[in-house]
Amino acid sequence: MRKSFKVNGIDCANCAAKLERGIAKIKGVESCAVVFATQKLVLEAPDDKFDDVLKEAVAVAKKLEPDWEIVL
Amino acid sequence: MNPYLKLAIVLVIYLALGWKIILTAIKNIFRGEIFDENFLMVVATIGALCVGEYEEAILVMLLYRVGEFLQDKAVDKSRKSISDLMDIRPDYANIEQNGEWIKTDPASVAVGTTIFVKPGERIPLDGVVLEGNSRVDTAALTGESLPVDVSEGTEVHSGTINLDGVLRIRTTATSEDSTASRILDLVENAAASRANSEKFITKFARYYTPIVCGLAVLLAVIPPLLFHGVWADWIHRALSFLVVSCPCALVISIPLGFFGGIGGASAKGILIKGGNYLEALSKADTIAFDKTGTLTKGVFKVIAVHPEGISEEELLELATLAESFSNHPIARSLADEYGKHVDKSRVRDAKETLGQGITSVVDGKVVSCGSHKYMHTLNLEHEDCHIPGSNVHVAVDGVYAGHIVISDEIKDEAGQALKELKELGVSRLALLTGDKEAMAKSVAEALPDLTEYHAELLPQDKVEITKSMMKELPAGRKMAFVGDGINDAPVLTVADVGIAMGGMGSAAAVEAADIVLMNDKPTDISLAVRIARKTMGIIKQNIVFSIGIKIVVLILAAFGISSMILASFADTGVCLLAILNSMRALRIK
Repeated sequence: MRKSFKVNGIDCANCAAKLERGIAKIKGVESCAVVFATQKLVLEAPDDKFDDVLKEAVAVAKKLEPDWEIVL
Repeated sequence: MNPYLKLAIVLVIYLALGWKIILTAIKNIFRGEIFDENFLMVVATIGALCVGEYEEAILVMLLYRVGEFLQDKAVDKSRKSISDLMDIRPDYANIEQNGEWIKTDPASVAVGTTIFVKPGERIPLDGVVLEGNSRVDTAALTGESLPVDVSEGTEVHSGTINLDGVLRIRTTATSEDSTASRILDLVENAAASRANSEKFITKFARYYTPIVCGLAVLLAVIPPLLFHGVWADWIHRALSFLVVSCPCALVISIPLGFFGGIGGASAKGILIKGGNYLEALSKADTIAFDKTGTLTKGVFKVIAVHPEGISEEELLELATLAESFSNHPIARSLADEYGKHVDKSRVRDAKETLGQGITSVVDGKVVSCGSHKYMHTLNLEHEDCHIPGSNVHVAVDGVYAGHIVISDEIKDEAGQALKELKELGVSRLALLTGDKEAMAKSVAEALPDLTEYHAELLPQDKVEITKSMMKELPAGRKMAFVGDGINDAPVLTVADVGIAMGGMGSAAAVEAADIVLMNDKPTDISLAVRIARKTMGIIKQNIVFSIGIKIVVLILAAFGISSMILASFADTGVCLLAILNSMRALRIK
């Protein structure tokens, strides 16, 4: 499954890249991109694991920078 | 002035300007990020204070703050202009509830609901018109400014604007599956498929900062230790390195440039699914075209009437009436050409032989219309026409009365599109078709800019030919295939860039292709190539300009010719200029 989410608080391209690297490390992520220009996270993971992966992605974002919030 | 008093004043100004940066830098150090741009800026300016360059320290900090502020503004502005361009998401739908019309969220409207759309409102969901006549502005989806007439039974797409009359519409898709949402999804996700140049920049950015910082340390330490350099002088030179050590100009402007190109194209009805396809299209050297529906209209039309023994009008009238009970496309094109009311009461006993022809009794005469083969089975004399196309032979009471040639028409803009592509330096323009040799030849003759044609191809033959064309490409160049997206799915996938035409309302086309043209206009192909080239040009300018200026400043700084203030310009100034340059990608005509 591939879905996109809005991410709040990404205010530089480096930050987007940082978040992308962080989320890419989560187990089960097939592909992921954080797009600075659209402030979107595009996440791809197996259907059955998607919710768990997403939950972890939200936690990763919070940990890297408290201002970052993935809008569900 | 008392030097202590002066230092105190400098520190106050410095802290007033820089406390935010210092705070962020400290926070980030605790997170283990040494190469954070805030931290580097703090080190650079504090360093300047230590070697006694007070004015420089304050000015650099000021420039940095001003630069950051302007950058944020520029980025916000560009993001906004891109999203304005794609502002096709409908806000509400009018539905009936308890005898009253109320506004509701389109996402909550089920398929099959009746909605109504007032003049000036955006059509919120895909559907079919139940009642009402109006014109619809499709520019937001297709870039086409001419409104489309709609009436009962017409399919309408979400994101288009109802201009004149009230329309009552039965929805045929949920909000999520409606055209507007699908397009937005596609364009927003496009930024996630990155081009090679964008990947290069991300990689470059990761190594650039540590390398420049490393060089700064070496520059500060080695000359004084080994060559009796003056510490303060060399440290001062090294500080300039820190100021230009952030690759922000590239990291921000390149993705913005791609997104600007993709956004600008989408406003013209050209949907590009990723920066990688934009990049590949800009390098197209071979473009192959499907025939029907791509270069031709895909609508069959009478192109010649050759009667024998009767008049043209009589021949057309008899054929039209004889075929009037058939729903074959040929019967429809005859009726279109005939133009008058088809009085079916004049026709009796229609007998259709599937795929061959029809024999009916028209005004008491036995009229047989059909193919070459049909005439053979009826043992009727006939002659084949020299004009390529499908022949409808007609015999009246057993006597051959002539034939009508029906053919697909070449699109008005096909010739111009090919000419433009040739001028853009695309060296091979090929026609690949499943149609007969004679048809392909006639199209190739009508479109002199085609460099070759291949006829009578099965879908797998198209794939083979495409593969061999890709092998023959000059190094670094790419191949694109343009088709209708429905029959051509395999070859669209094989080609470097698969372009589907007439994507409006066709989910299959949007799915299969890398680039979707919402319109049927062939000139959109050359427009897409121009947009791709221009965007890539802007991106290359930004890469060369940003890296170039930084390298020059680094060299000048190493030789002690540059100041930190110049370095500061090379950092934030270049970044701003690169962002502004990126925005040109939005406006390509």
